[in-house]
Amino acid sequence: MKTIPVSTKVNGDTVEFLCAPEETLLDALRNRLGLTGAKEGCGSGDCGACSVLVDGRLVCACLVLAAEAEGAEIDTVEGMAAGERLHPLQRHFIDSAALQCGVCTPGILVAAKALLDHNPDPSDEEVRYWLAGNLCRCTGYDKIVRAVQSAAAEMRGA
Amino acid sequence: MTRQDKIIREFKQVGTRPPRPDGIDKVTGRAMYGADVTAPGMLWGKVLRSPHAHARILSIDTAAAEALEGVKAVVTGADFTLPEDEFSRDVAVNCMAQDAALYDGHAVAAVAAVSEAVAKAALKLIRVEYEVLPHVIDVDAAMAPGAPVVQPGRAYENVPEGLSENVTSHCEFGHGDLAAGFDKADVIVERSFRTAATHQGYIEPHACLAAMGGDGRADLWCCTQGQFHVREVCAAIMGMESSQLRVTASEIGGGFGGKTTVFVEPVALALSRKAGRPVKIVMKRDEVFRATGPTVHSSIDVRIGMTKDGRITAAEAHLRYSGGAFPCGTVDMGAQAAFAAYDLDAVRTFGWNAMTNRPKEAAYRAPGAPQAIYAVESVVDELCQKLGLDPLEVRILNAARKGTKSAYGPTFDEIGLLATLEAAKAHPHYTAPLGPNQGRGLSCGFWFNFGGNTCVTMNLAFDGTVTITEGNPDIGGSRASISLMAAEELGIPYDKVRTIVADTASIGHNDITDGSRVTFAVGLATIEAARDAIARMCARVAKIWGIEPDAVEWKDGAVHPAGPNAGKFPPMSLAEIAETSPNTGGPIAGHHEVNADGAGVSFGVHLVDVEVDPETGATKVLRYTVFQDAGKAVHPDYVEGQMQGGAVQGIGWALNEEYIYGEDGRLQNPGFLDYRVPVASDLPDIETVILEIPNPGHPYGVRGVGETPIVPPLAAIANAVSRAAGVRLTELPMSPPRILKALSAQG
Repeated sequence: MKTIPVSTKVNGDTVEFLCAPEETLLDALRNRLGLTGAKEGCGSGDCGACSVLVDGRLVCACLVLAAEAEGAEIDTVEGMAAGERLHPLQRHFIDSAALQCGVCTPGILVAAKALLDHNPDPSDEEVRYWLAGNLCRCTGYDKIVRAVQSAAAEMRGA
Repeated sequence: MTRQDKIIREFKQVGTRPPRPDGIDKVTGRAMYGADVTAPGMLWGKVLRSPHAHARILSIDTAAAEALEGVKAVVTGADFTLPEDEFSRDVAVNCMAQDAALYDGHAVAAVAAVSEAVAKAALKLIRVEYEVLPHVIDVDAAMAPGAPVVQPGRAYENVPEGLSENVTSHCEFGHGDLAAGFDKADVIVERSFRTAATHQGYIEPHACLAAMGGDGRADLWCCTQGQFHVREVCAAIMGMESSQLRVTASEIGGGFGGKTTVFVEPVALALSRKAGRPVKIVMKRDEVFRATGPTVHSSIDVRIGMTKDGRITAAEAHLRYSGGAFPCGTVDMGAQAAFAAYDLDAVRTFGWNAMTNRPKEAAYRAPGAPQAIYAVESVVDELCQKLGLDPLEVRILNAARKGTKSAYGPTFDEIGLLATLEAAKAHPHYTAPLGPNQGRGLSCGFWFNFGGNTCVTMNLAFDGTVTITEGNPDIGGSRASISLMAAEELGIPYDKVRTIVADTASIGHNDITDGSRVTFAVGLATIEAARDAIARMCARVAKIWGIEPDAVEWKDGAVHPAGPNAGKFPPMSLAEIAETSPNTGGPIAGHHEVNADGAGVSFGVHLVDVEVDPETGATKVLRYTVFQDAGKAVHPDYVEGQMQGGAVQGIGWALNEEYIYGEDGRLQNPGFLDYRVPVASDLPDIETVILEIPNPGHPYGVRGVGETPIVPPLAAIANAVSRAAGVRLTELPMSPPRILKALSAQG
């Protein structure tokens, strides 16, 4: 089988891998690079559990081909914390009990970070619409919205 | 049930909200779920599934697949020896079809190959010769004589004659004189309802990694709600001894009842045995929808009589459920739960299960209850409308309470229904003004709750910290609540306790994480294990002090001399006892094994405001409040989380979610795009009010809380929509086309 060499940056580190032409970025992250934080919930871009940033843009890694990562910068949940220092979103998700099973959490954290990067002071409705592409079946979203808002407030210094 | 001698109600730690122990793993991506592990030499397994709703399998030719480079094993139904007992045999046949495919998506063969791509290519080379058979999808159609028979010879003896062979079971519950009760009624309402099958919709698809050697020993890693159940079912299907199969539960990405059985695990074991290498199988989302357990779908008739002043005089329900292509007992639970919220002199429920060519039902939060209670609570609401009565007052007037003989038999002990209804009545939500096209609905909900077989071991490390070893996958924050109960009982800080979920070789049998049992039963066993450890610490200290064991007592996390006659000794704390234990007789542990009864029933009441758009038929949920009795909320954040999550799943069930079948019997919406679960922008905040009416069966008064919250939303929303739209809706989901149709039929 023909493979494609890919050179990319993941969470700031240069990585190189070979992938099949039809292989998704999600499969490459999980199976070739050992980054299993992004999850496959649907494989069709409907659940957001595989949300990552490609050059700062929020995408479902299951809808991106691994070969498209060539020369790009990828950010995943594994890159959110600085060593043992959690990102405020991560801390508030724990403190606000915004996760139960936790399988959607990596995608929601990446998506929420992308929101706050664009809009540091969103309304509840903006949070709910921004996260509408990230399914959570455990929480009913209530505590997630609160966690995003309390992290946003902290990041604004409010 | 076993009543506790003393229920503790004053706590130092239980009832607080410390961070969950698995939090950091889950926010950093480190937590290991079913699909997140690999093994050296691992193969990828893939399953071939029937495209037909019902077909005889005439032959399966796997030669070309086996010949493909990189394919290491192929299995079909012929590779499985069917267990003798009916339950395990059905599970086995559901995992791999034998002589017939019973639904669209039924597994017919599987391959293991060096990569996922090769495995996929191999599936295309398997030739299955089918003889397509007539199929039946709808429960009412399946019950009629002459319907295509899904499986012959499966009916229990108590099924009345004159029905299709698809009808597998019949049940009946209740008491009193129905005819006399209906004679006393001023108004009688009789309605028929239908509910669609829904899926639990956990975000993590089923996944496992199996490694089986030629010596008959195996290790299995999988996402499950019950590793011991997986062990026992897989051992039965594989013809193994249980102790030779070690099952480790991964972190679980949602279950809600749907991961209480096996689908791919026996297949991965069979492939691994044949290939001699570890095999990983991860389902795709369409496989989850097509081949794992949705709920039953139902057709229900309810008839209730009421006096002018709101007293229910008689009530009956006829419930027809289908649990898919196999016999299913869920209707029994619906028939028992239907009228649980009411104190009735005359009540009767009748249930039937009929097989259809749909996937085998799996539990989904309070299985069977949401459908039945939806129908009952809709009729109660309509009676209130007809008689001009307040629906909350009517429920208070008729509410089951301590001493009520329940509609399903037992007499209730301490229950929280009345307190929950009173809390709803006192809440500002109940009297808030409504605008045009808006309606308010409410419903009671109920679940039995369960205890079951449970083992807990508590080990004291020499540094005075404590490990709790338990055997139930943590699906809603249970490690936090179990650590809290251990810390409370031992009088040590929460962060000195670590609770781990052990594999099947590391602790005794634990029943599945189901029946809302974990905080109740594992909590109870943890408290008892702590008391066992305390007794051992007391004996140890008495020995050190050279006094009788009954001359010491445990208080505030330390052993003290029990009164002035025992002698003057400075108290010894748990940490001091643990530190010196190597020199005073060795390590100290406590343990407890129990088949716990006394799981107190749980009641909830939901209040909801909706707005129905008369142009589009779309419903917007405006405000939602959940009231529920938790007995004692050990970690209130995660009690609220259960209440909110269950409510939102119920909102999805009420408004959007359904299994849609084509004429060909194939599932038309096996993906999250077309099977639409609620997303954040669909919903308002979900307010929660926790009531705490102690369960007399738990040392801290705890009741399970996980299942009840999905019960009330169906009727609460149906009642709100019906009031907003001015027409009674009787079919779920209340999707926009259905609401428009009801509006136009009304004129």
